[in-house]
Parts: sequence; C-alpha cells; structure tokens
Amino acid sequence: MSLAIKTENLSKAYQIGQFTTGTLSRDIERWWALVRGKEDPFLQIGEVNDRSVKGGSDIVWSLKDLNFEIEQGDTVGIIGKNGAGKSTLLKILSQVTSPTNGSVKIKGRVASLLEVGTGFHPELTGRENIYLNGAILGMRKSEITRKFDEIVDFSGVERYVDTPVKRYSSGMYVRLAFAVAAHLESEILVVDEVLAVGDAEFQKKCLGRMGEVSKADGRTILFVSHNMAAVKTLCKKGITLSNGMLSYSGEIDVAVEKYLSTTITNSVTHKKYPAGEYPGDDIVELMEYSLVNTDDKIIERFDLYEEVTIKLQFRVKKSGFSSSPNVHFFNQEGQYLFIFGANDDNPINSEGTYITSFTIPAYTFNVGIFNVGIAVTSYPGTVINFFINPAITFEVEESNTYLRKSSYMGSIPGFFRPILKTKIERIGS
Amino acid sequence: MDTLKMNAEMQSQNDDWDVVLTPNKGGFNLHLEQIWRYRDLLMLFVKRDIVSFYKQTIFGPLWYFIQPIFTTIVYTFIFGNLAKLSTDGLPQPLFYMAGIMSWNYFADCLTKTSTLFKDNAAIFGKVYFPRIISPLSIIISNLLRFGIQMLLFIGMIIYYIFQGVEFSVGFEILLLPFFVLFMAMQGLGLGMIITSMTTKYKDLSIVLPFGIQLLMYATTVIYPLSSLSGNMYWIVALNPMTFVIEGIKQSTLGAGVITVNTFGYTFLVSSVILCLGVLIFNKVEKNFIDTI
Repeated sequence: MSLAIKTENLSKAYQIGQFTTGTLSRDIERWWALVRGKEDPFLQIGEVNDRSVKGGSDIVWSLKDLNFEIEQGDTVGIIGKNGAGKSTLLKILSQVTSPTNGSVKIKGRVASLLEVGTGFHPELTGRENIYLNGAILGMRKSEITRKFDEIVDFSGVERYVDTPVKRYSSGMYVRLAFAVAAHLESEILVVDEVLAVGDAEFQKKCLGRMGEVSKADGRTILFVSHNMAAVKTLCKKGITLSNGMLSYSGEIDVAVEKYLSTTITNSVTHKKYPAGEYPGDDIVELMEYSLVNTDDKIIERFDLYEEVTIKLQFRVKKSGFSSSPNVHFFNQEGQYLFIFGANDDNPINSEGTYITSFTIPAYTFNVGIFNVGIAVTSYPGTVINFFINPAITFEVEESNTYLRKSSYMGSIPGFFRPILKTKIERIGS
Repeated sequence: MDTLKMNAEMQSQNDDWDVVLTPNKGGFNLHLEQIWRYRDLLMLFVKRDIVSFYKQTIFGPLWYFIQPIFTTIVYTFIFGNLAKLSTDGLPQPLFYMAGIMSWNYFADCLTKTSTLFKDNAAIFGKVYFPRIISPLSIIISNLLRFGIQMLLFIGMIIYYIFQGVEFSVGFEILLLPFFVLFMAMQGLGLGMIITSMTTKYKDLSIVLPFGIQLLMYATTVIYPLSSLSGNMYWIVALNPMTFVIEGIKQSTLGAGVITVNTFGYTFLVSSVILCLGVLIFNKVEKNFIDTI
C-alpha cells in the first residue's frame, strides 16, 4: 500500500492571550532577529500545551513533533481531549493554516469538511448555493452539474431548491450542505464533528455514506470525533493525540483505549471554586460540587452495590425564577445515558445558597467509567445558568462478585445493573 | 557531486507527493495555475456578489445607476454652481460623472478588499482555496458595475453630442482599457496591503473610511489638474489615482493632462502597488486565521 499522508516533525505554535499590546514592538523584535539570522525569540520559550496548567509563556505548541503515516484507503479516527490538537491538525491538513515547523506530504486532492455549509450565502437559493459551496470545496462547475440531481436527491429538500436558504429550517440547511460535501470527489476526505448535527435519521445516512465512500472508492478518510462509538464503527485505524503530541498511531481499538486511559487519570469528583470565579450567570452561580459516599467522604470510585450522592452547592442571586438543578450522565464514549432534573415540588425561587443532593441508588450503574455533567436551568425562559460537562468522572467497580448471588462470575456487559423484581412461578409440570 | 546526487534523490522523492505543506515562507507568487483551476469559483463569487447585491430590492440593478446620477447632480450643484470650480470646459455633469464613476470603482475595490480577511474569516477558517480568488472576485464584480455605469456615461456623451457639444477625442480612446486596468491594479494592490495589515492592526480599518474620503479631495475628481499650480499641483500629481482619472477623462471626453511620462509613472506605481500587495497578501494568507 502506498502512503496518502506523511508528516515529519509537524509542529504548530500559537500565541495565546491578548494580541493588542506590544504587537508592533514584538514584530519589530522578531524581524530584527530574522535579519540577523537568529531564531525567532518568541518561539524558543514555547511549552507543551496543557490547558489545565497555567504556563509562563505566551506561546504554546498546539502540535509538537508529530510523525505519522496514513496509507491510502485507510479510515483514520483522530481522537484526543479538547485542546489536544485535533482541530489544529485538521486545519493544517486542509491547508487553512500552515505549520510552524516540520512538514506534511499529501498525495491526492484533499477535501475538508470542518463545517457543513461553509460559504452558504443566505440570500441565494438552494440551487445557487449548491454550486457556490461545491466550488468552494474545490469542485468544477461541470462536476456539480453532473451530480446535481444526486445531491438534491440525497438532501431531500427538492421542493425548496429554488428558495433562498435563509428560509430553510436549520435541519434542511444542514442536509443540503452535507449532501454537497458528501458528493465531493477527492482522494482524501477530512471530516470534523459535523455529524453532530441533523436528526438521527440523517446522521445515520451520513455515517452510512461515509462508510460507503471509503469502501467503494478506496478513499482515505480522516475523522475527528468525541463519539467513540462512531469512531469505532467507522474507522479501522486511530491516532490519539495528547497535549499536542502523538500518543498512539495504529489500530483503532488500541487508540480508543489509549484515549480512555488518559481521560480517567483526570477524574475529578470534587471541585470548589474560589470566590469570584464561580461559573454561572446573574441568576445562579455554582460554588462547589462533589461526589460523596454514605459517610459523606469524597470518592472517585465505588462499588456497584454502594449508594453515592452528587452534591451541588450554588447561590441564587436573583429571586423570581424557578431554578432546577440537573445531572447528565454519559458513558465513557460520550453517549448520553440519561438526565435527571430536580422536580418542581420544592422550587428554588428565592435568593440564597443551596445544596442539592442527588442520590444514586446502589445497583444503578454497571462496572465502568462514567461522566457526569451538572447544570442549573431557570424558568421562565429556560435559561441554562451553567452547564459543566464533564464535571465529575467516576469509576464503578465490583470488588466482590459473590454479592451477585449468582454462580456466574464473569464480566457482565452493559451500562446499567439495576435489580429487577423477579418472580418465578411454576405453572406446570 | 554527492550533494548533487542527494538533491536529485530528494527531487524524485518530492515528486511523488501532490502537496507538500511546509512553514509559510510567503514570496511573490500569483498562483496563476491555482487561479485557473478555481476559475469556476471565481465566477461564482462574482455572480454571488452581484446577485446578492440586488436581491430583495425593488430597483434591482438600477441601483448601479441611481447612486452615481444623484452624486453627479449634487456635485454639479455644489462644486459646479456654488463653488464654480473649473471643469476643463467640459459640461459639468459629464466631468463629475467620469470622476465619480472612476473614484467609486477605486474606493469600492479598496474598501471591500480591505475587510476581506475579516469578512471571510469563517470561510477561510474552514476550507482551502487560493485566497487571491476573493480579492479578484471583488475587482471583477466591481468592474462589471463600472461597465454598466460606463453605458450610462456613454449615453450622456451621446446626449451632449446631439446638443452640439464637441469632444476632441482621438486615438486616446484606445488608452481607456489601460487606465481602467491601472485603476483595478491600484484598488487590488492597496486593498490587499490594507487587509493583510488589518488582520493584526485593526486601527487601519478605522482609518480607511475617512482616509478614502479625504484622499478623494487629493485626486482630480471635483477639479481638473489643469486648475492647480505650484506645490499643490505636485502633491495631487504624485497621487497615482490622479492620472488614472485624468486619463479616463482624456480618453473619453478629450480633456485632461496625460503625457507619455505621466502614463509611464502611473503604470509603474500601479505595478509596484500590486506587486507589494501580492507579496504581503501571500505572506499573511497562510496564517492569518491564527491571529484574526
């Protein structure tokens, strides 16, 4: 197999913080260094990009010395935490920005789908936008004309094709936009998390289309997503990034595992915000949250037969709203498991500091790692005062399999492990 | 010998790849082959600019006429009748129309090009296409507008010919396309310089609107160059747009100050501005998305 993409020491530095002050003097300093043939003084002090650690310099390396190869026809999932450098990598591959150091070599035409509907003009009709968008993505006019019917058919907005897109519903807009992109003829397709849009039916269609494309035409696909389930079904290979560095490149299963193992080390089950840095708005502010066991001790992992409680401490700054705290549960692959919101029996509607506790009964979750997002929503107006996701990451264990009261001791799949009421009746011989 | 061999090897290795992305070095490159490959996009951008301009308006493309006509009327009244400025012996409406049309072209190219990176940040941040396509589309769509206004202008000339006014236009009419070209080069070049600088120094985008307004008075839009003398003459004459407008008046109305020297000067300055624009634009385009 021949290579489609090869990177050599690919690095990208960004300047963070304010740009306004000292830009001119800094530019002159850089220019002077260049004139004298010296290295850029502002690139030397760069440091590894870890967004949670406060750094000393204004330069961070969003990508640092990336070396990997991608073979033609591979479907590659690019995974990593927020800020790991995924988007930067995609931007460089799609030539939106250029590397600071190192190089990327590409064979074939690259079509990038970092966003659907790039360059759609609201005043133009669906038809005009198909041409415009197609051309922006690199298609020739004749190519679009040839595929026009197919695109319209795929999008399912045939009736509105001569209506300005500003009158489209957001769903129709996305459908049309994706349809154009899906019909691109390029050897390499770079896709960001665009599939997070549209309804379930359309998402399935898009995933199907991408899988189809890679199999049928032997195209190389690079896919960035936080949805590990989608990545796993779609991709054969994986690249895991961590703080701008390559932590793994190879089989997708290993790559996902690598990613998941790095996320758990960051598990947080308690956070107390310093005064003045409370997240929230002018109605409700979050002060502290924690995951505790029945002894009120903060824990990171617990046995599935234990009862635990999520506590949110927040301050209501404005009366007249009915505020409802809620918790959102996700599995490790980012799939929504369920939401629970405090009900309206005891509405929180006056100023003050409150603690809301959500107790998770024993035998709720199965063994595994789960993420919890926490939020407070206020009515009227359904204002989301804050939504921190993931706020809490916990691990459920099963240290004593004898408590199962079952002779089966192996692992049990699934996300939940509720105990169902069981009744056995013998109704015949 | 060894280095030669190594170079040859590296060459053959590089040949296997279609695109090699390396740190941006800028340089002077018009990307002509790329522009050719994306020519459909260029045309679609032009179409978008024109169509979206008059969609949902009652007068539609008529707006292209209304604006210069009204400005001409106002100028004729204020500068012609009240201030009694010279118009080189030409009918006042024709004189002002020629100036307004040309200046508007230059000013529009400049203003639109100068906010290009900012206006297109969303697109530029998501897809790659030769960035120079965007300023080119502005130049071309404005040129179409200029052409439409030119029709109006020609109509006015015909009217005055029937009124018995004589225009001494000879071979100079052949120079008209060159003056239009110089005008486009200056608008494009200056616009590219300014847009490249505004990605970092936003101050420029604040200076530009009134800068253009002030610059108009240092160009021969409302007065002819022949009415100036001394230092004033030189200040206005150094402005490269002056001879463009003088040239357009000369080649269509037969009154203006154009010599081989001034033609050469305008050509030279226009070329330098354009080259400088391309140079700076190329330098900035690859990484502007990181700073905007």
